[in-house]
Amino acid sequence: MDLKDLYRDVIVDHNRHPRNFGKLEPADAHADGHNPLCGDKLTVYANLDGERVREVKFHGSGCAISVASASLLTEAVRGKTLTEVDKLYEEVHDLLTKQDAVPDIAALGKLAALSGVREFPARVKCASLCWHTLHAALHREADSVTTE
Amino acid sequence: MSAVRPHLASARWDVEAIRRDFPVLHQSVNGHPLVYLDSAASSQRPRQVIDAISRYYEQDHANVHRGVHTLSQRATDAFEGARESVRRFIGARSTKEVIFVRGTTEAINLVAASFARPRLQAGDEIIISALEHHANIVPWQLVCEQTGAKLKVIPISQEGEVDFDAFQSLLSARTKLVALAHVSNALGTVVPVKRFIDVAHKHGVPVLLDGAQAVPHAKVDVQALDCDFYCFSGHKMCGPTGIGVLYGREALLNAMPPWQGGGDMILAVTFEKTTFNQLPWKFEAGTPDIAGAVGLAAAIDYLENLGMDRIAAYEQELLHYATAALQKVAGLRIVGTAPEKAGVVSFVLEGIHPHDIGTILDAEGVAIRTGHHCAMPVMDFFSIPATARASLAFYNTRAEIDALVHALERARAVLL
Repeated sequence: MDLKDLYRDVIVDHNRHPRNFGKLEPADAHADGHNPLCGDKLTVYANLDGERVREVKFHGSGCAISVASASLLTEAVRGKTLTEVDKLYEEVHDLLTKQDAVPDIAALGKLAALSGVREFPARVKCASLCWHTLHAALHREADSVTTE
Repeated sequence: MSAVRPHLASARWDVEAIRRDFPVLHQSVNGHPLVYLDSAASSQRPRQVIDAISRYYEQDHANVHRGVHTLSQRATDAFEGARESVRRFIGARSTKEVIFVRGTTEAINLVAASFARPRLQAGDEIIISALEHHANIVPWQLVCEQTGAKLKVIPISQEGEVDFDAFQSLLSARTKLVALAHVSNALGTVVPVKRFIDVAHKHGVPVLLDGAQAVPHAKVDVQALDCDFYCFSGHKMCGPTGIGVLYGREALLNAMPPWQGGGDMILAVTFEKTTFNQLPWKFEAGTPDIAGAVGLAAAIDYLENLGMDRIAAYEQELLHYATAALQKVAGLRIVGTAPEKAGVVSFVLEGIHPHDIGTILDAEGVAIRTGHHCAMPVMDFFSIPATARASLAFYNTRAEIDALVHALERARAVLL
């Protein structure tokens, strides 16, 4: 178990300096995410041009993994179609949970920095919270999601 | 039963000798010697407790209060002997007042279901404090929903002390029960419960104490406290999981209906009428955790051989050392600074979320708890999502505190 697998430079950087951090009001879509186990709370906002995500922001507080994951998410999904976002959501889910998954570095880009999380089972929910929250926002499933 | 003596050669506190009694402490975690600082969540067990449970299963096990055969008699003797150990340990008048349950949570739920629910009516009030563990909040909320009673909460100070004056003004003719933590699990505050009990009794109000964090760390005497109910768990005091104790004043327990029906809690059953068993068995339906009780008695023997006063003195010394050492870590703020505390240091580290602290410390072999500690209202009061909590036991050392501090410096290096 090497801490540097989890806290890679990209993760540490995005935790220190989260991108697209703040509220987006009004937004075409938004949802709240909550991990009651560790107290992480964040809101993900998105504005759309038809089927395409024009801008994404997030707001809230959490651990380094959840903040960095949300920051990376906002950069990764901007400009993508809803179908592409759904595909990325599945790929990130596999990256975080499947031990034998071979990450598609080209598709994931900087998100590949999250691959170390799967060695730390207690932290998977931290990294996936923002993705579940975005999914809920875009699919109008619920106004809030919880990891429990 | 064979003697269960800790290896304490002299009156000197020999922590290394004590540590040799605890097999689990001698291992590497992630390439570092284990530093176990999570005893408030669950303590570890000495060999003497593990052996007592094994010996019971290897030599004596059968069902209790049932058969005329030898093993059943031995099992019954061991189980009821354990009850007598508990009685002596907490200073109860009689073994009738010692009910075996699964743990503190079940003990509180028993009182909620069997004492509070049948008595309370709309407009009545239950008083708890803002320090409580969820186990001493939710059962009362359920009772309030069922009866129309109201839950009143005594506020706490920034230091984490329960406001005695506010308590006095909350007490009224509507108050039917007071339920308080003896020691806060999230902050370590020792609540001066005797004062609260005395004033509650002046109003004729019974008091339940959640003693889960108190019993492992100092001598508790239920008669000296004059409390009406006292609840605690085996696994926080070097005993097994799945066993705990409800102490209740005999007159109150006698007046309460059984809370679960089944075998062992009856004297005679016909389809027309069932006659319930006497105390304490009235509240122990079904085959109990016999091995758990045997293990709990062995844990009590172990603690008593060390001496509760000496355990308390050593842990206080270690708490002062830990508090001073942690205060030197840059950006660290201790949450819960009451003058009287048990061996718990809850803290936050500027710029680093407790969850990250927990992971980085684990990589250094240091086990602490991070999160809300089943006390979300306490976190809300301090406007923090979570804390990191190092909790001490008599088997911890100063060197382990030093390892904690070193690991925290590492967390700062990784993330700041």
